[in-house]
This record gives sequence, structure tokens and C-alpha cells, in this order.
Amino acid sequence: MTGAHTRELSVAGAIAALFLVLVILTPGYFSRENLTDMFQANVPVLIIAIGMTLVILTGQIDISVGSMFAVCGVAAGVFAKMGLPVPVAGAAACIAGAILGALNGGLAACLRIPSIVVTLAAMVALRDALRWATQGAWIEDLPPGFQWLGFSQSSYPAVMLFIAGVLTLATAWGLRNLAAGRAVYATGSNAEAARLAGLNPRRYIFSVFTITGALTGLAALLNSVRFNQIPSNAGLGFEMKVIAAVVVGGAAITGGAGSIWGTVLGVILLGAIGPALTFLGINAYWEKAIQGAIILAAIAADAARIRITLRGLRKHASSPAPTRA
Amino acid sequence: MAAPLLEARAIRKSFAGVRALQGVDFDLRSGEVHALVGENGAGKSTLIKIITGAVAADSGTLTIAGQEVARNHPALARSLGIAAIYQQPSLFPHLSVVENIALALEGGGAWRRVDWNARQQQASDLIRRAGASIDPDRSAGTLSMPDQQIVEIAKAIGAGARILIMDEPTASLTDREVESLFQVIASLRAQGSGIIYISHRLNEIFSIADRITVLRDGETVGTRGAKDIDPAGLIEMMVGRPVAPVFPKREVPLGEVALELRHVSCRAAGVRDISFSVRRGEILGIAGLVGSGRTELAETIFGLRAADSGEIVVQGRPARIAEPADAIETGIGYVPEDRRRHGVVLDLPIAANTSLASLHVISRRGWIDRLRERALAERYVTQLQIKAPSVYAECGSLSGGNQQKVALSRWLAIAPKILILDEPTQGVDVGSKSEIHRLMFDLAERGLALVMISSELPEVLGMSDRIAVMHNGIIGGILSRAEATQQRILSLALGHNPAGLMAGIQE
Repeated sequence: MTGAHTRELSVAGAIAALFLVLVILTPGYFSRENLTDMFQANVPVLIIAIGMTLVILTGQIDISVGSMFAVCGVAAGVFAKMGLPVPVAGAAACIAGAILGALNGGLAACLRIPSIVVTLAAMVALRDALRWATQGAWIEDLPPGFQWLGFSQSSYPAVMLFIAGVLTLATAWGLRNLAAGRAVYATGSNAEAARLAGLNPRRYIFSVFTITGALTGLAALLNSVRFNQIPSNAGLGFEMKVIAAVVVGGAAITGGAGSIWGTVLGVILLGAIGPALTFLGINAYWEKAIQGAIILAAIAADAARIRITLRGLRKHASSPAPTRA
Repeated sequence: MAAPLLEARAIRKSFAGVRALQGVDFDLRSGEVHALVGENGAGKSTLIKIITGAVAADSGTLTIAGQEVARNHPALARSLGIAAIYQQPSLFPHLSVVENIALALEGGGAWRRVDWNARQQQASDLIRRAGASIDPDRSAGTLSMPDQQIVEIAKAIGAGARILIMDEPTASLTDREVESLFQVIASLRAQGSGIIYISHRLNEIFSIADRITVLRDGETVGTRGAKDIDPAGLIEMMVGRPVAPVFPKREVPLGEVALELRHVSCRAAGVRDISFSVRRGEILGIAGLVGSGRTELAETIFGLRAADSGEIVVQGRPARIAEPADAIETGIGYVPEDRRRHGVVLDLPIAANTSLASLHVISRRGWIDRLRERALAERYVTQLQIKAPSVYAECGSLSGGNQQKVALSRWLAIAPKILILDEPTQGVDVGSKSEIHRLMFDLAERGLALVMISSELPEVLGMSDRIAVMHNGIIGGILSRAEATQQRILSLALGHNPAGLMAGIQE
């Protein structure tokens, strides 16, 4: 929450270095089409990552977002095909996501089942339930107003930018200035101390899972209107992409530390690398390896930070302190 | 006199240019308990780390068992018979006592076969030699704090340690447990071991130590025989100025009853039929052995474990307290025992810690007013004299005493009518301790009702207007200031109830 924003700065530095290399070697990377493509592909990641940042800040994790993403996308299409007006179908998809998120949150917060177990079960169950319900078929013949949410293809990126921008700003502002934001940090940092201070950690854990579900629904909607079919196996591996972006952005996987701006940078860095390799003529198989290396570097930096913190704790636990009482 | 077990001469050590030790002399003889005392930051921990090989001295000589050690490191120190036992035992909670002891003592490769019978036998033997009886098959995490310490001592005996370092071993023990620990120490001493004993509790030092060395600002102030100095003299050596051992009691006129408990029970917490009252301006001490239900009682009042029968009356009105938020609402604050785990959020800055329980006060429609938050935090940093670079410094970077003051500031910020303090001065140095005592009297003068749980009898006796003594989940008796003595408190805590003491309960 405090500190000199070292992680944000180093990720921003990495992005700048990457872009510098690309500007020199393959200026085509910065063509309008490519940037639009990359932007549209990564807005859903960012929107879910905003929710995931909240979840991770409270010290929890949600690995079911990929499956929820598929379920909500299909739900949006099915609702639209049922003849619901597009805004209603869209809202219904978000609500479906919120309900799934609330189930995760309820199990994790009230029954105190570790969230990795809860969301692992949700990940598998939702994926298989969807496969069973759709028999693997894709949703096709969507109503005309569904695609691009009724906007034109050229103005749609602006719609995405607006939604993603508002969500990012609102969450970043809320984490800093709302009592609820403070409670999210306190819960993740030390849930017991938060409870003693009269806060209700379970309520916040429940809420962040619900928000993440709703945001996953929104992301699925924004993604599915870009195509004229909705695949029933969308979002495979999405959870890892999202969690990786949050971790690279500096959120501590143990909770209590991190920021939305770090997450935004993490999404940009990881999202920019894949296409960059294509442009640089490097085999695309390297993409995962390089992303893995970046995640490893981020985690190593975290480990170093934790070691420093622990050293500090041990030092204070045993006695001396720079400020003597 | 025989050659000392350990001799340190002119030890110096700097960390990043800050001189932690500047010429410390210390020696330990066979068959003695040598206490090491000093305020926080005096250099005790650094000296211990040099002896155990955790850090290397910049200069000076270290002689262990007659052998000059040029380059000390942990394995060497261990092989020379040095073992350290810390305030927090470091056992593997999911492993059994047998496995914990075996892990510390057995060598050999990963493929060697385990002889479970021999392990079992060895563990039972060592625990007996440590003067206790603990089921060696229990997992370490289920043991009480003192039992875990016994296991640590058993490990040290098993390793053939002749130099035992005990760093605040009694911080979480009650008087009876301290007593049995002292018996263990006495028997180790009789067997010719040397014990370096670090504690903030002077009465313990005087009852167990043969010699006392005082450190101040990284220097040895002096070494005295325990019989040649009194507590006042020792404190004077520690701080370099005369300080009263316990802050003199201030008489505060008592107001109306602020908090009253009527037959409160909480089965889950193991507290039964608790009745007492506290007036404004009064300090009610709660004494008792660890496990007697003192902390559990505080948690019941504060709503961490809701009472299942009885009545809690706050300022004449029955209060329904099911959650800490309810308690805060009615004006009850609770400074918990383990400040690192419960009291402060180490990752958050001072300001956020101060405002955490009063977020609704400094925010409008959920929106935090940062200027008000800052002003609030600054007010308490000044008032409580919290030593910190700014109100945005992370709490984890402060010393123990200052963290405790931050924990206190959070509860003062809710403007409480009643403040419950659980072991408010545990593990803080002498200077911070008397400051915290002074603050408590200030609060009482401002009309707060204080409930203070403490394991330290002199503190309870010195601070309290009345003392409720708990035993096995009930209040064994309530003593007035005039009738309270160490013996009376102890006998109540142990479950004896001399006639005539129950009278005070309904007061």
C-alpha cells in the first residue's frame, strides 16, 4: 500500500524497454490494426484482473475465472437468442457471473474452505457442466444487435476503452479512498487484527469474489460480442493469465499488498509479449517460456521482499530498533 | 575458580555503520545463571547472535570451553555446546514431540532407517531430564507454550549443550509455569551447565540469577553478583538514571459504574458465571495463571466469542455484543495480548492502523477523509510519543513499545468509555513500560474505566484499584488494593479461596 512503487516502476521500465526494441526492429508492431487487436484481446484480461487483484489483496485466490468466463459468454449468447434485449442479456450475463462468484465467496468466507479448493472445484464443475449442457456445441445464429453490442466495429474499441478505464479508475480510487478499500488491505494483511478492529473480514472476502464473478461476466460479454459465434470452451487457461498479470504487477500472493496500477502494467507487459515475438520472427513457442520467466522474476522479487520483511520482523521480535523508546 | 565456559572480550559489531556493540565483555561460568539485562536496543540480541554464530563480530575475542573461536558459525557454536531457547519456541507444529527431538539430534543420510523405539526412548528420557512429563507422541502444535519450551530444553540437553541461552523464556508463562521452568534451570545449573538468561522481569532475574550483566547502548555497564545489588540499583544501571520500578499509583476519584458483568458465561471460551463491575476512573486488574480464562473473558466482553448467558451492562444499559463491531459501538476498546498477530497490521502505515477501528468516524459515506485521518494519527503520535519518521511509516518498522502504542492509539481513537488491555507491557522495555503505565493513569483520570490483564504481579499490584483473580474460568475472588498481596493473589489463582474474599465480588 505504501512504499516507493518499485514494482510498478520496474514493470513500466520493462514495458518501455520492450517497446523501444520493437520501435527500432519492427515498427509494424505499432500499426493501428495490431494495437487494436492486442487491445481488444487484453481488455477482458484486464477486467477480470481488476477483480482478481481484489481477491488476492484479501489473501484469497480464484482459479475458476476461466470456467466462469466460458459459462458467462455462453449465457450471454443464450439470453440474447431467447429474445432478450441486448442490454438485458448483457446484464444477465454479469449477474450470472456475480452469482457464481458469490457461491465461491460464500464457501470460502462462511465455511472457511480454502479458496484454492473452492475455486478448483468450481473450475472443474463449471467447465464440465457447460460441456454437458452445450454438448460441446458453439452458440451460433446470434441476433443482429448482439454483435459489437449494437455499436459499429470501428467504434467498439472506444466502448471497451471507456468501460475498462472507468473500472480501473473507480477501483484504484476506491482502494485508496474508501473505508471498504482499507478493509480489503487490512483483511489480507491480517484478518484477525481486522476482525478485532470491528471490521468483518468474511464480508469483504465474500464481496471480492462476487465482484470478480460479475467482472468475469462483463469480460465474457465484451469478448463474445466480437465474434459471430460463442465457443463453449472459451477461457481455457485464462485464470493463469489473469493471476500472472496480477502477480507480475506486484500484488503479494499472500495478500495485503498490491495495487490496481501494478495490475494494469502486468496485463500490458504480458499481453504485449506474445504478438511482439511474432513480429520479431521468434517462434511463438517461446511466448510461454518468456512469460514464465517474467512471472518467475516477479515471484523472486516477492520472495526477496518477504525475506527482508521477515528479517525486519525477527529483528524487532528479538530487540533492537533504530528508534529507541 | 574453574575456567569460564564462555568468555567474550571487547566485542564490537556494527550494522551498516550503526554501532550495535562497542566493546562488550561477558563471561559465563560452569554452574551459574548469568542474567543479561538492558533496555531494548542495548545490544543483548546482537551479543547472543555473536555467541550462537548467527552473525560475526567485527572485532574482539570469543573463547568457548577454553577454545578461542576465530570464525564462529552456527554449526560450530552448536558443536561447542551452545543452545539457544527463544521466547517463541520454534518447533514443527505438525510433527510429534518425538520427531521434533529426533530432527534436532539425529544426523545421517536421507536413506537411513528410523529406529522408532530408540527415538521414543530418547525423547521420553530427555523430557524427564528436563523435569517434565509430556506425551512424546503428541504433535508439538497441540502443546501449551511452556510444554513447547520444555521440548526445546529437551532438545538442548539431548544435544549435550553446556551453554544454554534463554531469551525471554517466561514472557508467555504464568508464575507457576515460571516456577517449574526455574526448577529445570536449577537442575541444569546443578549439573554444571551455564545459563545465559535474558528477561525484562526483574523479580525473576533476582530469584534465579547468580550474576547480572547490564548492557547499555552496546556497552557493558557492569557485572554484579545478584546479592550485591537491588532492583532499583539495577534499573539505574540499565537506564543510567534512577527510575521507579513501577509507576507510582495515582489516586483517581471514581465515577459511576461503566461496565458491569452479571453472571456472564461463554461455554466455548470456558468462562463461567463472571460477575464484576468497573467504575469510571478505575483500573481493575485481572490476575490469574495462563489458561485461567483471562484472555477468553476479555474476548467474551469484546464479542470475539459471544457470551451465551448472563448480561453485560454498559453505562447502565444492557448491551448486546455479538461481534467486535458491537463492542466498539458501545464504547469498548480492546488492546489484545499478541500485538504482532492481533494488535497492529504490520503492512499498513501508522495512520491506517490508528484509524482502522474508527473508519466510520473519519469517513463520510464510506469515503475516507485523508486529512482527518492524518490529523488523527498525528495527534496520537504526539500524545503517546510514538517514535516514528512519519505517520505513513509502516507499523512493521517500529519497535515493540512503539507498536504497542500504535495499537493503543487505535482504541483511543474510538473515544472508548471502557478499555480492556491484555498484557499491555509484555515484551516492552523498561522505559516504554513506565510510559504505558503513565498513559493508563492519564486515561483513568479522563474518566475511562480500565480493565488490565497482566501476568506480572508487581504490575497488577502497582496499577490496580481492585484485582479480580481468575482460576479455571471463574473469578476466584476480587481483592481491594489494601488487601491484595502477592500471596493472596497466588492462592486465589491456584484455587484456594480463603473465607471473606468473595465479599468483594458483587461490589
